[in-house]
Amino acid sequence: MSKTPQHLEKIQRSLVRRYRAEKAFRWCGMLAVTLGLTAVLVVFADIFMKGTGAFSATYIALDVTYDREVLGIENFADQRQVNTADWEALLKTALRKEFPDVRKRSEKRKLYALASNAAGYDIKDRLLANLRLLGETETIWILADDDIDAYYKSWLGGNAYTARLTDGQLGALQALIDTDRIQLHFNANFLSRGDSREPEQAGIKGAVVGSFMTLILTLVLSFPIGIAAAIYLEEFAPKNALTEFIEVNINNLAAVPSIIFGLLGLAIFINLFHIPRSIPIVGGLVLAVMTLPTVIITSRAAIKSVPPSIREASLGMGASRNQMVLHHVLPLALPGMLTGAIIGMARALGETAPLLMIGMVAFIVDIPRGFTDPATVLPVQIFLWADSPERAFIEKTSAAIMVLLGFLVTMNMSAVWLRKRLERRW
Amino acid sequence: MSYFRLAKIIVLSVSLTVAAGPSVARETIAVVGSSTVYPFSTVVAERYGRSRGKPTPKVESTGSGGGMKLFCAGVGTNFPDITNSSRRIKKSEFDQCQENGVKDVIEVHIGFDGIVLANSIVTEPMSLTRKDIFLALAARIPSDTDGQLIDNPHETWQQVNAALPPVGIEVLGPPPTSGTRDAFVELAMEGGCKQIPWLAELKKTDKDAFKTICHTVREDGKYIEAGENDNLIVQKLQANPKALGIFGFSFLDQNADTVHGSMIESVAPNFDSIADKSYSISRPLYFYVKKAHVGVVPGIEDFLYEFTSEKAWGSEGYLADKGMIPLPREVRLSRAKVVRNLVPMNGDEALK
Repeated sequence: MSKTPQHLEKIQRSLVRRYRAEKAFRWCGMLAVTLGLTAVLVVFADIFMKGTGAFSATYIALDVTYDREVLGIENFADQRQVNTADWEALLKTALRKEFPDVRKRSEKRKLYALASNAAGYDIKDRLLANLRLLGETETIWILADDDIDAYYKSWLGGNAYTARLTDGQLGALQALIDTDRIQLHFNANFLSRGDSREPEQAGIKGAVVGSFMTLILTLVLSFPIGIAAAIYLEEFAPKNALTEFIEVNINNLAAVPSIIFGLLGLAIFINLFHIPRSIPIVGGLVLAVMTLPTVIITSRAAIKSVPPSIREASLGMGASRNQMVLHHVLPLALPGMLTGAIIGMARALGETAPLLMIGMVAFIVDIPRGFTDPATVLPVQIFLWADSPERAFIEKTSAAIMVLLGFLVTMNMSAVWLRKRLERRW
Repeated sequence: MSYFRLAKIIVLSVSLTVAAGPSVARETIAVVGSSTVYPFSTVVAERYGRSRGKPTPKVESTGSGGGMKLFCAGVGTNFPDITNSSRRIKKSEFDQCQENGVKDVIEVHIGFDGIVLANSIVTEPMSLTRKDIFLALAARIPSDTDGQLIDNPHETWQQVNAALPPVGIEVLGPPPTSGTRDAFVELAMEGGCKQIPWLAELKKTDKDAFKTICHTVREDGKYIEAGENDNLIVQKLQANPKALGIFGFSFLDQNADTVHGSMIESVAPNFDSIADKSYSISRPLYFYVKKAHVGVVPGIEDFLYEFTSEKAWGSEGYLADKGMIPLPREVRLSRAKVVRNLVPMNGDEALK
């Protein structure tokens, strides 16, 4: 083929067009990436802006007198007396002393509503831990009610939210602000307590522990079973219609909507095996079944990526097939399998739909202490808080999302790190 | 061989977890049911747990119908003890309960929940009648001649009723799966529908046809299904001052600085008007207790006591603080007695 001038000219012309097309393509790609990144940034910024508030809570300084008579306890060794004592009375006395002008019953009720209804229990814990305080007066910081919290935070932000407070309450709050007896402190409750219907007392710990237990079970069940299945299918199983059928089904299962696994869990684990609802065992089982296909598929891919020369060398040295797999193929494929398992776990961590069917979408206050205690998980906690009418739950919701995102990012980063660190290339 | 050991461990662990299944005694009270009662039931559960030092009851939000299904499935610790409902138990559900051995069911009517049509505080509050609501939101409405139906032609509120502003109809409300939607359709739309004489006649002769006309919400974009999350509807109203939103009273109570409720038959929704029923769109809230579980699962009696005490469901109780509309005092006192004596339903109640 000879290159005539016409040919060259044609190529020259097409070259311009082809460069232009490439440039446009690159621009499109960059635009897509920028758009995606901006969307993620906007979402993150929104969540962080709303959520940071949840890590601080409003406290009010009160002079509390630990008065035995107000409590009505004669003997502190008597558990029943201690439990039935009117602990809030200490608080009410302190509030009345702080605001002696409030006389009317209805106004007093509003005044008492400044403090969280958990504050009485906090005082109880404090006194029982240190009985020498009995009869003494001390200034302590009392957790404020969520309406007060919302007011004080919005007041600090310059746009006070007063709709849920009375004039009397606003006056009292102004007096507290003037004397600097109202402050934001770190909200330890958010990290150390279970769910609550009072936003100022609600914490994430119950859900974190529940998620942890559920995921441990998911990992313990799905990882060994998934690897065993992958090894068998990849290394031992004959290639016939049956294994072909199994393979197609595994791939299908990986794409099945997760709620189907919840229905399966309800039908098999709860209705057939009578495992109680709402406990981490049943959650772990359902999520294990859900992640199994993912684990099997990634494990098979990892096994496939081990070059045949390794297998041949090992067999050539006289190893049995079993030894070849366990001594050579498995250790080399393990990093890839681990990555797959972690990504599967991360997906399981974010699931709510399958848990709905098995009763883990529930209000659970007590932090689970074992695999048979009722529990809920992080995404469910987010869902429940997002649905609550109390306004203070908005910031709790965002803060819980921050915690969940933290876990997800950590898990995915560790997957990347493991792959980088352990992976071998041929 | 390590491979076999591995396999053995797997098989063992699976069979162990499955064998651990059949449950023994349960320490925690299990509550299921309506998402409308959930915010109130959970508060009582928490207070009960805190003050008694007992495990806090577990409350699942499954919806009224779903809760009934679980509740009526049978007796035993694998089945819930209590179900919440934002409507009365149906005849079919009661029969289902009886069939499955759930013989003695204690019914507790705890209070009311108002349903509001609210709009953003930057626009004037609307003053509607139930008839306006029906004519604005029904898929097909009566034409000028009796017995004839036409596709809803109304574009603005003014076309519905000349006294209303010339604003386009745009209503954000819950999807058909929601209990709030059921109640809204039944109380507001059917309430307005009945005011049209020939339709009221139709109810007596052909109930199904009447229901189809009164309960079908238009699907031409004027009624927008905005999801089950009431908070989301409140947020959307702030962004769109022309729209109306349908949600539970407690959300109006919490967001009084951004939205206000429309007057229905010139009554504004508030605690008093819903309690004395002058505000017409309100529904009763119930819970149902399995008598067979009292004494088996510890604490049910105490939980019932806490729920029906004046400090909880009273007019100044903590449930009222959460937005539940309490029953009148005499009714509360007599109901509390029924509950404390654990008197079950006798089957003669006029159930639907």
